[in-house]
Amino acid sequence: MLKKKGILHELYTNKILFLMLLPTLLYFLVNNYLPMIGIYYAFVQFDFNTSLFKMDFVGLKNFEFLWKSGKLVELTFNTIGYNIVFIFLGNVLSIFVAILLNDIKGKWFKKISQSILFLPYFVSFVILSVIVFNLFNYEQGVLNTVLQQLGADPVDVYSKPKLWIFFIIMFYLWKNFGYSMVIYLASITGISEDYYEAAKIDGANAFQRAWHITVPMLKNTFVILLLFALGSIMKGQFDLFYQMIGNNGLLFSTTDIIDTYVYRSLRVTFDMGMATAAGVYQSLFGFTLIMIVNAIIRKVNKDYALF
Amino acid sequence: MKIKEESSTKWFRLIAYVVVLVGCVLCLLPFLLILSASLSSNASILNEGYHLIPKEFSLEGYRIIFEVPDDVLRAYGVTTLVTVVGTLIGLLLMTMAGYVLQRKDFKYRNVFAFFIYFTTLFGGGLVPYYMLITNYLQFTNSLYALIWPGLMTPFLIILMRSFITSAVPDEVIESSKIDGANDFVIYYRIVLPLSVPGLATIGLFLALQYWNDWFSSALFISDAAKYQLQFYLYNIINTSNFLNSIGAGAGVTLSEGVPSESMKMAMAIIVTGPILLLYPFIQRYFVKGLTIGAVKG
Repeated sequence: MLKKKGILHELYTNKILFLMLLPTLLYFLVNNYLPMIGIYYAFVQFDFNTSLFKMDFVGLKNFEFLWKSGKLVELTFNTIGYNIVFIFLGNVLSIFVAILLNDIKGKWFKKISQSILFLPYFVSFVILSVIVFNLFNYEQGVLNTVLQQLGADPVDVYSKPKLWIFFIIMFYLWKNFGYSMVIYLASITGISEDYYEAAKIDGANAFQRAWHITVPMLKNTFVILLLFALGSIMKGQFDLFYQMIGNNGLLFSTTDIIDTYVYRSLRVTFDMGMATAAGVYQSLFGFTLIMIVNAIIRKVNKDYALF
Repeated sequence: MKIKEESSTKWFRLIAYVVVLVGCVLCLLPFLLILSASLSSNASILNEGYHLIPKEFSLEGYRIIFEVPDDVLRAYGVTTLVTVVGTLIGLLLMTMAGYVLQRKDFKYRNVFAFFIYFTTLFGGGLVPYYMLITNYLQFTNSLYALIWPGLMTPFLIILMRSFITSAVPDEVIESSKIDGANDFVIYYRIVLPLSVPGLATIGLFLALQYWNDWFSSALFISDAAKYQLQFYLYNIINTSNFLNSIGAGAGVTLSEGVPSESMKMAMAIIVTGPILLLYPFIQRYFVKGLTIGAVKG
């Protein structure tokens, strides 16, 4: 009998299984682990003509520039701030609509309205930029057409950064709330009818039943979705922000997040060192946050821990 | 007591209908605005703006596009090819991975699963990734750059693993092993046929992601002939130069009559059309995927 059953022995016994997994492992190795070496770009003077390890080492200079640009606090604040609002409003709205939708008795009406509410999730973010253009375009946009019909003056929303906080949140909800609503709806369907019958006998009305039975029963689903969302709280909704704002500098003060900043540094201003530094900052900060959150959850309730 | 309960139920239901209806209208309205604009004459848009119902019905927007449809057809071709190839390869690799990772007798499955999962926790960021694709893999301006980035995601692999775990009982795999079938044969003959609903769900998630991708083109493609459909649309909306080029191609001299605004909207409809048409048939697969994914965490 073999006493030592190391990893190689195990892989040999299950070589077919291992071979079936190998392409996937290689993909993640190349696609996700290899770029981690590229974090070194944040510590060199970028030069298109030479390879990474031949570039001049500059220490923390890129981070220093990033810090001195004074944008770091604003970007972090925007990224996290928007995400918190998204998580909070997104869940409240999804739970609210899911409870109401569940109460509708007409089978077809229910099915069709669920499909319609889930529809915006399926269209591309580019369509979002078409919609934004259609609504807010100064000359022909729906907003100004309506305002003029009401006898009001047209508004140039592209010069009002504060308004966009509202627009971004609105369109985030429009695009994404159907996704979590479907999940909540499935959880509600799983709640036993007995609870509602018992509550009815005790004289609870429909609103009390929703508030005191359905909402508490959704706690598990909510916690799971919340933890997933917290795990990526430093990752901004790049598609959403970029398709709505683009490179419109007038709106950056309220709408620039780390992801859009990094993208612009890479593609518009070609500031590779600073772009990498910002990316590294985002990754490390995000990773630390996940670790802390996970450690806390482990203490409170091990079943909910992410890993 | 009885009357009070009934009235609360009625009120609750009334609110439910009102809220759901308003929600549906808000979800559909933007699409209707685009559709209406695409069916309006450009002059009416320029003079009176976008409306919910066309002020002056016209198909000029579509006509202009179909007069020189080469570019949009090419973009359709690129996106279709990338979607089909990417989805097939991704499905093959992810079903194999999901199958292996749920095999209880594969000892290091959790180590490998964490190897995959870890990539969602930490990464190098956009610039190193950009350098990987352009400098080291040298995918710039090739279809590889469109297929490679979205091929597999940890989320879909985990979802696939859950699907297989619930669709294929351990005993079935055990007994096939005793009958002498090797692991690949078990996957091919037993696991795949039993996991067809899971395959459909994961495949559609993947296909949707490829179909809606614009970012890969934005990052890695400068040759307009290889633009994905979404990025092609993005350029039309965002570039004023476009009209000049299509005008020149069609031999049309640009005048006020060229339906630029209605053409943009017509293009949006042409690009989104397939998704909207397929949506009623495929959405239940997504609902299923979300439900299983959420239960398993």
